Amino acid sequence: MSLTNDQLQAVAHLARIAIEPEWRDALRSDLNAILDQASLLDDPRLNELEPMAHPLDQTQRLRKDEVTETDQREELMAGAPASERGLFLVPKVIE
Amino acid sequence: MSDYAIPSGWEAVIGLEIHAQLATRSKIFSGASTAFGAEPNAQACAVDLGLPGVLPVLNEGAVRMASLFGLAIDADISRVSSFDRKNYFYPDLPKGYQTTQLARPIVVGGSVTITTGEGKKAREHTIRVTRAHLEEDAGKSLHEDFHGMSGIDLNRAGTPLIEIVSEPDMRSPEQAVAYARKVHAIVQYLGICDGNMQEGSFRVDANVSVRPEGDEAFGTRTEIKNVNSFRFLQRAIEFEIERQVDLLETGGEVVQATRLYDPDRDETRLMRTKEEADDYRYFPCPDLLPVVVDDETVESWRAELPELPDAKAERYQSEYGLSAYDAGVLTSSRATAEYFEAVIAREGSDAKLAANWVMGEVAALLNRRETEIDRCPVSADRLADLLVRISDGTLSNKLAREVFETLAEEGGSVDEIIEARGLKQISDTGAIEAMVDEVIAANPGQVEAYRGGKDKLFGFFVGQVMKAAKGKANPKAVNDVLKRRLDGE
Amino acid sequence: MSSNSQHSAATGESAIINASIPELRRLLVAGELSPAELAGTFAARIESIDPGLNSLISRVDAVAPAASEAALAGIPYLHKDIFCAKGTRTTCGSRMLADWVSPYDSTVHERLTRAGAVLLGKTNMDEFAMGSSNENSHFGPVANPWDEKAVPGGSSGGSAAAVAARLAPFATGTDTGGSIRQPAAYCGVTGIKPTYGRVSRFGMIAYASSFDQGGVIAKSAEDCAIVLGEMAGFDRRDSTSADRDVPDYTATLGESITGLRVGIPKQWFTEALDPAVGDAVEAAIDELRAAGAETVEIDLPDADIALAAYYLLAPAEASSNLSRFDGVRFGYRCEEPRDLQDLYERTRSEGFGAEVKRRILVGTYALSAGYYDAFYRRAQKARRLVSAHFDRAFEQCDVIAGPVTPTAAFDRGAHSSDPAKMYLEDIFTIPVNLAGLPGMSVPAGFAGGRPVGLQLIGRHFDEARLLNVAHQYQQRVDWHRQMPPVAADSSNQ
Repeated sequence: MSLTNDQLQAVAHLARIAIEPEWRDALRSDLNAILDQASLLDDPRLNELEPMAHPLDQTQRLRKDEVTETDQREELMAGAPASERGLFLVPKVIE
Repeated sequence: MSDYAIPSGWEAVIGLEIHAQLATRSKIFSGASTAFGAEPNAQACAVDLGLPGVLPVLNEGAVRMASLFGLAIDADISRVSSFDRKNYFYPDLPKGYQTTQLARPIVVGGSVTITTGEGKKAREHTIRVTRAHLEEDAGKSLHEDFHGMSGIDLNRAGTPLIEIVSEPDMRSPEQAVAYARKVHAIVQYLGICDGNMQEGSFRVDANVSVRPEGDEAFGTRTEIKNVNSFRFLQRAIEFEIERQVDLLETGGEVVQATRLYDPDRDETRLMRTKEEADDYRYFPCPDLLPVVVDDETVESWRAELPELPDAKAERYQSEYGLSAYDAGVLTSSRATAEYFEAVIAREGSDAKLAANWVMGEVAALLNRRETEIDRCPVSADRLADLLVRISDGTLSNKLAREVFETLAEEGGSVDEIIEARGLKQISDTGAIEAMVDEVIAANPGQVEAYRGGKDKLFGFFVGQVMKAAKGKANPKAVNDVLKRRLDGE
Repeated sequence: MSSNSQHSAATGESAIINASIPELRRLLVAGELSPAELAGTFAARIESIDPGLNSLISRVDAVAPAASEAALAGIPYLHKDIFCAKGTRTTCGSRMLADWVSPYDSTVHERLTRAGAVLLGKTNMDEFAMGSSNENSHFGPVANPWDEKAVPGGSSGGSAAAVAARLAPFATGTDTGGSIRQPAAYCGVTGIKPTYGRVSRFGMIAYASSFDQGGVIAKSAEDCAIVLGEMAGFDRRDSTSADRDVPDYTATLGESITGLRVGIPKQWFTEALDPAVGDAVEAAIDELRAAGAETVEIDLPDADIALAAYYLLAPAEASSNLSRFDGVRFGYRCEEPRDLQDLYERTRSEGFGAEVKRRILVGTYALSAGYYDAFYRRAQKARRLVSAHFDRAFEQCDVIAGPVTPTAAFDRGAHSSDPAKMYLEDIFTIPVNLAGLPGMSVPAGFAGGRPVGLQLIGRHFDEARLLNVAHQYQQRVDWHRQMPPVAADSSNQ
């Protein structure tokens, strides 16, 4: 399994991470080294096993339908990089 | 009712994805309020904002409501369902993923019965539902200008939704609208969604494709988003069918894409093609565990189910002798049925008369006022008062319409209006006899002609008496007296 | 002896910094020491010693505890800077959150505050808990108190180094693939990673949600038992937290371990294990035998598969968990974004360090269309396989004992050119996280002058047993009492 530059570019776009050209080759070989290890997962003993999503065999606990939160906009928005009139500001959203 | 006809030689294939906001008090994964119309971000708590370190906890009410929908359409309620993450970047999506149910939705299967056409042309269709799953709503981007920036309001983020996915079982825009209306009615009957399309509580996306009549294979489909009324749904699908048929008939080809309906221009336009579609990298949400519901809980939910539109319509036919069409109209929304039932709750009420009024005068009034029946200016109680005065002969239908208008315009009570405007019908035989005698005396020629065999002149005498009575005479009494006097008994 | 102005031997700095939590509590309750004095002693040590270690990212002004009777009333501590504490800067070792002040409390912080513990600072860590050396922090590397050329381990390297240097009686940590046990081993302190779900993750910034677990780093098993008892327990705000009672971990510390069956994984003692580390661990196991335990050889194969699975699953979860760092609602935002795409890309490229970006990219790839089944799903199956190996092993034994890491702390920069090699440091710790089991690291001597840890692994929710075994071991040895020279230097000032 070997990642091409185009694949790396596509993955970087999905992750919204820009890759500086000078980092690309080193990164590609790092990723390939990790993905090479993934060939261990071709082990046929895994075929019949049930995928395990959680370490504990528990089920979801439900919350009562109650409003427990009050308006904390001021505090919660204090760390926002850009806000105005109670809104978070971002570069123009084009639909 | 639209007169739209699909271009001949073609068949349309339509499936709908309906997002219904659940009417829970708090959000699906947090304790923030879901109430509409708060100050921007005042109802977005740390969990809704996706602050570092926060975790979701599932709202029991959302699970119950989604399951009620499943039970209402006779679907399977998954005893084990689970949540997945759908990953994509968008400013109204705080965590960079939407928590949804891909692999194991809570509701699987089920169907909805719809009727199109009326009278002899009425046809029933069964539209299969593939699944309905729970998910969280996103926030909103506000495009008004903030120095060239957009504003993000996350109050809506985390509002519970069920996404109801149909099979591609519909063949016309009319069927699609009938299905959407039926689902709309069901969620409102269940009290799990307020159904407000303007506020976005009930949103419909349509998957539309066309194929030559007789073909088995589906054509390439497009998905139409942003349809916020039933009328627009009809128009958007019509437009899309026409657009696709035109393309195919002129040697072009339909491109799989998401399109936006623009009601101002009455057209759909390209939003993104399949190639541009994000790779959502779905995977099981590690912050939520499998949701398990037991049989006992499901049965307790089943016991909660109210009378649903189809059952109600059948009862209206058998109990009140209404036609299938009338029963269908009166049960088409929970609010209409509630209004109708409130009117006929009055002792001695006449259900057929009530049905005619609700579907006639009341519907026309709502149309003129562009409002909904739960905001009808004439309450069900007032209408019931009015119908009593028709039944007891106080008002003719014509006078009753006048009173209805006054109720709508000015309010007040039925009897006060009748009194104040002197609208009371003249049923007093003495008074009518006096008027009849005057008319006979004033028209000797016509009397002679009538008695000579010109039966049609009877109507003339009725008209003259009514004119003298300024329309308030009881028509039956006028008829009786005239007959007696003219036929010389 | 009621005067606070005159320090007796028991309240002198060198006594205080080596005192156990029960000893400190006795001094506080007896009024021989005030909470302010105790906090002041450690704050002064942080001031004088930490500049040479860089184990803290932020200092926090001590707030007097509300209740003086609570279990940890007046005991100073440090939080790994991954735990949100309202009003404190919470950076997760990242430029992304370099200036972010949490507007809310994590459950762990709430509980420790309720128990009367006094927060003195937030410790350095690998960015977003991704790393085994603490070299991936935006706030610079941390020195190992035993040898400044050596790494302290990671990702809770700041917490381990700070406790080793006696800058606080205990510190919180988190362990996703070994991030409590490995730095505890490298720094010669005691650390416990409880069963997955034992400690609430609410307010603990997520790396890989189905692995992350909060825990404690302290000088001894006894101190760990006391602190864990206060941190642990069901939290309705964390759906994955375990809804079961928390035993009194201190009640069983003194129990004899005679007849205890200790499993020794034969696959862990091979040429990959540094001989000096192996010797130290063997000696520790001998000590357990001397205390009455029986040892049995067990089979714990497929550590390589576990590693491969972990390095797909954890990055996959991380790639999703870290999507919220987009420059919109909190944290770093790039200068003058041209458009949305630019906002996202530059914010994330500038805000995240290389290792975080590397793991996000691996995880994104592992989840992307066409690879999900080959990577993510297969890795989840491998997780099942590894868990089953532990289940089988625990049919033969009550606890498992072995090394924490293949080597003692390595030199700073030694592995930075080869991330895949660095990942091998986690080969004995990662399988435990896959299975969600509790694990401990207990100081067990030295290799080349650098500390070695003994790893103890238990069944799900068997923390009490691990703490009991570790405590019994610590009754017989004094490795955990040894202090690095850098800590002693200051106390002699």
